[in-house]
Amino acid sequence: MRSFTYTIKDELGIHARPAGMLAKTAKALDSEITITKGEKTVGAAKLMALMGLGVKCGDTITVTVNGGDEDAALEEMKSFLKKNL
Amino acid sequence: MTKYRGKGVYGAIAIGRISVFRRQDVQVKRIKIENPEKELARLETAKEKASSQLRDIYEKALKEVGEANAQIFEIHMMMLEDEDYNDAITEMIKGQNVNAEYAVAATSDNFAEMFASMEDSYMQARAADIHDISNRLIACLSGCENASRPSSEKVIICAEDLAPSETVSLDKDKVLAFVTALGSSNSHTAILARNMNIPAIIGLGDTFLTQITDGTIAIADGFTGEFITAPDEKTLWEYKEKQKAEEEKKKLLQELKGKENITLDGTSIDIFANIGSADNIGAVLVNDAGGIGLFRSEFLYLENSDYPTEEEQFSVYKRVLESMAPKKVIIRTLDIGADKQADYFHLEKEENPAMGLRAIRLCLSRPEIFRVQLRALYRASVYGRLGIMFPMITSTSELSEILALCEQVKKELDEEQIGYSSSTEIGIMIETPAAAMISDRLAPMVDFFSVGTNDLTQYTLACDRQNPYVERFCDTHHEAILRLIEMSAKNAHEHGAWIGICGELAADTSLTKSFLQMGIDELSVSPSFVLKVRDAVRKTDLSE
Repeated sequence: MRSFTYTIKDELGIHARPAGMLAKTAKALDSEITITKGEKTVGAAKLMALMGLGVKCGDTITVTVNGGDEDAALEEMKSFLKKNL
Repeated sequence: MTKYRGKGVYGAIAIGRISVFRRQDVQVKRIKIENPEKELARLETAKEKASSQLRDIYEKALKEVGEANAQIFEIHMMMLEDEDYNDAITEMIKGQNVNAEYAVAATSDNFAEMFASMEDSYMQARAADIHDISNRLIACLSGCENASRPSSEKVIICAEDLAPSETVSLDKDKVLAFVTALGSSNSHTAILARNMNIPAIIGLGDTFLTQITDGTIAIADGFTGEFITAPDEKTLWEYKEKQKAEEEKKKLLQELKGKENITLDGTSIDIFANIGSADNIGAVLVNDAGGIGLFRSEFLYLENSDYPTEEEQFSVYKRVLESMAPKKVIIRTLDIGADKQADYFHLEKEENPAMGLRAIRLCLSRPEIFRVQLRALYRASVYGRLGIMFPMITSTSELSEILALCEQVKKELDEEQIGYSSSTEIGIMIETPAAAMISDRLAPMVDFFSVGTNDLTQYTLACDRQNPYVERFCDTHHEAILRLIEMSAKNAHEHGAWIGICGELAADTSLTKSFLQMGIDELSVSPSFVLKVRDAVRKTDLSE
């Protein structure tokens, strides 16, 4: 299991559009990916739960990667967040 | 005739018959079922159908409103596939032995509630997305889908609210306008209407739907948010005229937007806009002006009950510069006098205010007021391309005094380590005959001139422009005025300065050719005249 933290820079936070893209990206990976904000953890491939986290600009989230090719999944998630959020 | 008021989402006017959009109310009943497996299979089939409908809507939206706006339907498709959502429905069917319709409706309410209770308004509005996909799913389960009524003429669609998918599903060629009782400007429907170029009014309130009937003639004014049903002859005529004028303007806009201000033989000129408040920036951009040639700073003073502070002024200038960047913004310093003043200035009454203590004379007499404005201007200069313009200049000594004040302000800012743009341009108004006569002396001291033709006419011809008795003596095309402008242009260019015209004459297209021949570099006009002048420039041939 590996994890990293990321601070959201997008003005609107994880709103519908990036949440959809994030879920799609996570689904395509063979590792299990979770996102934690505060005390709540949700599966990154679950769109509604992801939107329900209410992640706003300036919030720090923890991304955890479990199983499969963890290194590759970690990099993929990092570059996705950097590019889109 | 009844008038309603809501919020206009897209500026345009629609006149036509009302068509009330009523969702087929699907009554969802809780039914005990015997065979959950059969129910799950029904759900699966309905989901496939809903998904393929959403794909069609996505494709339609892609064509009509572009990818960025169509993405919401891709998200709807993903929501429909969402694990938590589907698990909740499945478990309800299996655990409680209920029909699929009921399970979907109940799950929909639960998820929508989660969004509705979230803090920010954007996420709250997503509750509508959950209901939208769930209702579709229920419709597919019950086999009754929203078939839109075929209509032979274009209509104004009135509804309680429209889901994004409903908005896009409506045949665009049959819709004149959307008018809804509810809705926020954050809703996708508002965004879609804007992108479909269809006038829309939202938030008219619940009562209006109970008062209207299909087929009634109505007017939807997307500019003001007014919705008028069964208008009388006079109102109808007025709106038809307004609609015609708007359409003509839009046509001109479409044709001329993005085009260069260039004559048939290749001479180009800048066309900028005059504004009197930061709220007019929208009009400047919509009319495709190349910059702001005259920003009258008076309103900051006239709308206040005391001298506007440096911070107040700074934030307004910053906003204008940022909104226009990288285009040029020329801000004219305070231009008021005894005839137009704010009470707190306590100016003495004057016999002849036009020739009295006004504009730069007032500023030089009260340098403490002037200094605040100059500081605010220089501080804002880093946010765009600023030109500072001084009104009512008559001599080189006045100008020297102003320039010294500017240097002093810059030095202060240096000492306080506050940044300002060193490429800020300095210019003066040519609006007194004196300034035009000595323009050869003034030009080396500045970066630009801007001719204020209103005052230049009044002072040159000794004619009060407001006085109806001398109207026939007040010839705005008088040779004396044109000569003064030409003289100023020649002197400006000889000393490396540029020259513009910001008075009313700039928009007089019968003079456009003369101005081009004089080598005028910029014409600054009311935003609504920008395209008219562009049209005139593009039809001019200087080689003739």
